[in-house]
Amino acid sequence: MACTLPIEITVNGRRRALEVAVHHTLLDVLRDDLELTGTKECCLVGECGACTVMVNGRIVDSCLMLAVEADGADIVTVEGLAREGELSPLQEAFLDKGAVQCGFCTPGQLVAAQALLAANPHPTPEEVQEGLSGNLCRCACYVQITEAVMAAAEGAPK
Amino acid sequence: MSAFKVGASPWRVGGDARVTGHQEYVADMHLPGELHAKLVTLPVARARIAHIDKSAAERVPGVRIVLTADDLPQPVPRYGPQFKDRPVLAVGETKYHGEPVAAVAADTKDAAEAAARLVRVEYEELPALFTIAAALDPAAPLVQDPALRPGDPLAASNVIRVHRVGWGDVDAVPADLVIENSYSFPIVTHFAIEPHAYMAAPDGDGIAVWSTIQHPYWLQRIMAGILGLPLSKVRVIAPDPGGGFGGKQQIKYEPVVAFMAIRANRPVRLVLTLEETFQAVRRAAAEVHVRTGVRSDGTLAYQDIEADYLIGAYVDIADRVVNKGSYVAAGPYRMPAARIVARGILSHTVPSTAFRGFGNPQVNWAVESNLDEAARALGIDRLELRLRNLAHKGEAFIPWDTPADGDWEQTVRKAGELVGWGKPLPAGHGRGIAIGIKSGPTTGLSYSTVRLLADGSVIVYAGTSDMGQGARTVFAQIAAQELGAPQDWVMVVMGDTAIVPYDAQTSASRSTVLMGNSVLKACRSIQAQLRTMAARLHGVDEALITVDRGVVKLPDRELTILEVLKPGLGALGGELTGNGETRKDAEPGHPLQGAPAFFEFNCTAIEASVDEGTGDVTIVRHVTVSDVGKAINPLQVRMQDEGAAIMGLGHTLMEHYIFDETGRVRNLGAIDYRIPTSMDLPLELHSETVENADGPGPYGAKGMSEGALLCVSAAVAAAVREASGVVIRDLPLSPERVWRALQERDGQTAGRNEP
Repeated sequence: MACTLPIEITVNGRRRALEVAVHHTLLDVLRDDLELTGTKECCLVGECGACTVMVNGRIVDSCLMLAVEADGADIVTVEGLAREGELSPLQEAFLDKGAVQCGFCTPGQLVAAQALLAANPHPTPEEVQEGLSGNLCRCACYVQITEAVMAAAEGAPK
Repeated sequence: MSAFKVGASPWRVGGDARVTGHQEYVADMHLPGELHAKLVTLPVARARIAHIDKSAAERVPGVRIVLTADDLPQPVPRYGPQFKDRPVLAVGETKYHGEPVAAVAADTKDAAEAAARLVRVEYEELPALFTIAAALDPAAPLVQDPALRPGDPLAASNVIRVHRVGWGDVDAVPADLVIENSYSFPIVTHFAIEPHAYMAAPDGDGIAVWSTIQHPYWLQRIMAGILGLPLSKVRVIAPDPGGGFGGKQQIKYEPVVAFMAIRANRPVRLVLTLEETFQAVRRAAAEVHVRTGVRSDGTLAYQDIEADYLIGAYVDIADRVVNKGSYVAAGPYRMPAARIVARGILSHTVPSTAFRGFGNPQVNWAVESNLDEAARALGIDRLELRLRNLAHKGEAFIPWDTPADGDWEQTVRKAGELVGWGKPLPAGHGRGIAIGIKSGPTTGLSYSTVRLLADGSVIVYAGTSDMGQGARTVFAQIAAQELGAPQDWVMVVMGDTAIVPYDAQTSASRSTVLMGNSVLKACRSIQAQLRTMAARLHGVDEALITVDRGVVKLPDRELTILEVLKPGLGALGGELTGNGETRKDAEPGHPLQGAPAFFEFNCTAIEASVDEGTGDVTIVRHVTVSDVGKAINPLQVRMQDEGAAIMGLGHTLMEHYIFDETGRVRNLGAIDYRIPTSMDLPLELHSETVENADGPGPYGAKGMSEGALLCVSAAVAAAVREASGVVIRDLPLSPERVWRALQERDGQTAGRNEP
């Protein structure tokens, strides 16, 4: 019944051709059509950051972007951060520093942090906190998340 | 491998799945043939339902069920953890903004949402009660039908119960000074980042229910009662919740989902939106009136406390919250007399439920703030006044109850030192200090089974829910410590009533102590079997053999567990199985039906500054010190304490439900309800522990994870007062409220200065 359109997107390096409902968000398509459930659904108004993904290198609240708007885009979700079963330095730092409690906000935090480090490989703690201020963590391990991002940055080539 | 042992901080069990996106929460799971459900609610706080027209909704392609109360067994089943008062769907009247009046199940989410919008409900809006004063008005309508509470003398009022606790004679104990004030604490909500989610599916001649629940076994019991099934035919699957904080303790919409699944004979899933979650769970608001009697030397004479909690339209667990939260209201102090009267007051609002701190933060805010006033009035240092009255270890500060179970002065002094108590402050800064105490579990029952497999790897079964507190990791550490298994050789199985033995609940910061002890006992049972094995294999008297940290010690040699296990099991292999049980029975006659297994004790000290132009409060330094007995995993302890501290800043500085004049919640969802972000942190946050291994849990551990939230508000308000001179007795200390108080202060000053 719903009006659909074909789109082509690259998700975590894999090209996908899909027929998507025009009113479905990128979040809907990632979770329901592509079964990439690592990207989480919470507020649906772009405030909590649980659904953060990278679209063409920029972070986006995938609940606020229609899937059709992502046509042709290169998308990275949390499932794309580890390479060949090896955790990324950032993922390892999250576990080392205790930046993960219930874990529900973690995918969004990681994607946002990855993008932050790509743009600013050696941030200050204040820059990390500002950069991740759109990602809510009710377990409130903000201090540990900041420490983890700083530790990952520490290990990055200067 | 030693990194996994007790006292170390290994990677969280389940951490890998959480950082790769592979952790499956309920909303991530799908069942073949599933239907998608959507609830139908009304845009009013309270209404009489005249008629529900389902026809348009039923015509939406893909819609399978449009369910109203009329379609349910009659009378409509009612349920709840304390009272059977909540109907599966509203019957005749909706009693709060967001109460479901109907539910739709369809082939797709889109169809369910479209159909839910087309369910036409004719209703008449009725006046709603959403303040304590309105609900207590003798002319107020009754929120609940008195027929639901037969034989209850309070049934003809909106008071659910009155809890009275006291000792000594408040009216007779002499006091040199009496400080009397009223304080208020608003409605706040849990805001776990994972909204609540449920699935139900026919399962043979029974039913399977998936839920984001913290208490799978309690849910199983209530579901079995509603559906008339034996426990064995109700399988509850409870994947690790994405944050709980108490909001996911109790049954919520599982019954309506189950009735739809039975009717459709297909799986049905319901994933709430965040807005719907706000309309499902919240903390009780409270108004607390305190009269504190003190002697001029600073010793406390009495506390006279009246606490009214605004609970919702259905009780949920709120009466227990009122009872238990108010019980230690007089604090951990030597107190000649106390009179505590606490009431839960029904209203046309979202049912309030358990929330980190369980009714304690509301009264703590009032009573600790009043202690500050007393110290100021007497000219005694606020820290000194607390120390002067603090119960010593072993002292029964509630005469009949568990005595002080820690050297609490250490905690308080440590907090004072870390905040720089007594040192000079910059202009515009102030300090505050407050003490929080909470009763741990008063009853409980936790079973665990541990299996030591033929290769030395271990499976631990525990019915605890790991919603972020890290219970899996703690249990794995205990098993690794006791059975000598390496870190990644321990598996912890939770969250399935068909597999995991019974556990009463994951609440009151109990799991490390109660379930932890059961895991420990199960491991020790396996150790006993290993001793028997070693005695048989080596012809040694069993009494001369010990097992310690994975090593089997015989009189003449030491063996690894595997060196005993392999030959002991023999060619067929197999395994050793141990069971552990920890039981804390109810004590009839005790005001809480049982003395607490331990107390959570915390001291919070704050340095704050106030922006005189905007009223914005900056937390310059936040110190939180908890007596945890023994930190089995120090990093997780820190994470829980800091998380609780920041959550406490949320209700202290920014969080509250805002009602319109008809009782609808105006700020549902993340845009208008603010919780702390990474930009709202204290400039410095210090969390420390006191560890004297004097708790009842494994290795001397006590429960923790709520303590650091309990007294944040009073400490912050005291710091704000010292920084700015303004006294605020209503939370939150939002910029607007602080700014208004500053204006009032300046207005008064200007007034006094006028010639």
